[in-house]
Amino acid sequence: MIDLLSYGAFFLTMALSYSVICLGLNVQWGQTGLFNVGVAGFVAVGAYISAVLTTPETAERLGGFHMPIALGWLGGGLGAAFLSALVGAVTLRLRADYLAIATFGAAVVIQLVLLNLETITGGPFGIGFIPRPFGDLATNANAFGLANLVLMAVLVLVTYLVLEHLVRSPWGRVLRAIREDEDAARALGKSPERFRLQAFALGGFVMGLGGAAQAHFIGFIAPDNYLPTLTFQVWTMLIIGGAGNMRGAILGGVLVWGIWAMSGNLVSQLFPAEHQARASSLQIVMIGVALCAVLLMRPRGILGEVKTLSRHLGPRKPEDTVREG
Amino acid sequence: MQGLMDGLINGTIIGLGAIGVTLTYSILRFANFAHGELVSWGAYLALSISAALGALLPGLGTPIGPFSFGWSVPIAIAGSIILTSTLALGVDWLLFARLRAKGSAVIILVMASFGAALAMRNLLEFIYTSQPAYFTTALQISKPLFAGMRATPDQLLVIGLSGVLVLVVHLLLTRSSAGRSMRAVSENVQLASLSGIDVRSVIRMVWILGAALAAIGGIMSGLLVQIRPTMGLDLLLPLFAAAILGGIGSVPGAMLAGIIVGLAEALTVQMIGAEWRAAVSFVILIGVLLMRPQGLFGKAMA
Repeated sequence: MIDLLSYGAFFLTMALSYSVICLGLNVQWGQTGLFNVGVAGFVAVGAYISAVLTTPETAERLGGFHMPIALGWLGGGLGAAFLSALVGAVTLRLRADYLAIATFGAAVVIQLVLLNLETITGGPFGIGFIPRPFGDLATNANAFGLANLVLMAVLVLVTYLVLEHLVRSPWGRVLRAIREDEDAARALGKSPERFRLQAFALGGFVMGLGGAAQAHFIGFIAPDNYLPTLTFQVWTMLIIGGAGNMRGAILGGVLVWGIWAMSGNLVSQLFPAEHQARASSLQIVMIGVALCAVLLMRPRGILGEVKTLSRHLGPRKPEDTVREG
Repeated sequence: MQGLMDGLINGTIIGLGAIGVTLTYSILRFANFAHGELVSWGAYLALSISAALGALLPGLGTPIGPFSFGWSVPIAIAGSIILTSTLALGVDWLLFARLRAKGSAVIILVMASFGAALAMRNLLEFIYTSQPAYFTTALQISKPLFAGMRATPDQLLVIGLSGVLVLVVHLLLTRSSAGRSMRAVSENVQLASLSGIDVRSVIRMVWILGAALAAIGGIMSGLLVQIRPTMGLDLLLPLFAAAILGGIGSVPGAMLAGIIVGLAEALTVQMIGAEWRAAVSFVILIGVLLMRPQGLFGKAMA
């Protein structure tokens, strides 16, 4: 029973950390229609910056600044936002899929940096001894687990409330206007490039924040945690949960992480140890197929985007509704 | 100097793949993230055919002339081209055609190609495991050419064959009626179909051509280096960089840009270190997007 409680807390905390990352992607894709194929890279930047800022000083690598965890999270988010702004500045004025290619490339390069810049990132072995929130409670597994769960839940809630406020603000309306009809928005004097760049950087901030929070919860990070599979997982979470819907993004994170963890358990029980690496590739095949199936059958996800209309307009008459595009 | 030779060989393989990327991009109008997986599947399918042939008819395994492989490999190449094209057409029928019919946005197609790539790559890993595989274990002695450069007969064959292929594809696109239809569709789908061009058969042709070149590239890379399930993923960024540098839609541009990317990688390996090789394509990509987004031979795209 006690084991179940601490496992449940651990599982939910991990799932909610994915929800934060997923919320970041929702700002980019769901609200603005920007396709980021380098999610893993931006998450990694957040995690590594936070780890370097907060770990105690070490001899093997540069840094270990021993800062408070909150500063680390903030630094991680800002670093990922800065990087997003850089990539966005180069590609956002071009065709939509150039952004996809460039973010994919950025993630490849970030992976190389993690592996090769050993003096900062610790190389293939990564960074350990990242301070965990409520580390003083570590002797009491349940209290430690619950405290971390509450902290992660608060992070999700705050991120959700702030983002929800932003997308309902005039700024958020402009984003959706640009997504739906760029020329019309431009005619009204809004610069699509500037708004897209802002949304892309904001999404990057949230992803970096999620990556930092996750790294502190696990306690160690390595380049292997940030392979393209992570990008796929987060995408599947958002698409299944419902792109454009903040609550959908949170739900998708918990749901897909749940399916992932359960199928992982199944693999480890069904297959002997020597075949497990092979069998876990089936797990990823499944995610790829699920992503394609949802795109084909239910492109709006479980919780689709909520149509926000001005309250002065009143309910729409059926003949006014535009087909979903 | 030897770096030049290595870069040239890798570059031609990148170029072959980039031709497929540039064709799907200009005619089907989306960046296909699953194209790299056609390279890997092409290589593994050829490996399976060649291994089966070698087991059935051991005589086919004896090396032809100066090359490291026997007649089983050319036969396997033909078989793999057919199977890889079938695979590409199958994925199109199952996924992309349906999305096109629903009028999905470009970016949905890109995302679907992303999911398809993930599934295809991990299916390979499941079937063949992540251990590298080889066509032959025979070692080849490289022969001196000129100016201190050396190359094995296999490597020279790869370069020669790539040159012939580029010429054939270029002539096909510019001189044949099928090529004219393809270019018409890439200019304007509506106008092309109004003037009686069968857009569906053009799309089929693009997939067959792209998959065939991808398979050949994969097999060449397998012959010269090794076959791994992630070889397509590792090639993906160089392929995109070459397609964009060459100019979307330009076949000679894709090959030339592929060679440029290959040479730049070889140069980086020599001057900076092999561990940074994968970053070269990204630097080239960003450079092109900043300075000349339409590429070397491309028209400015809307």
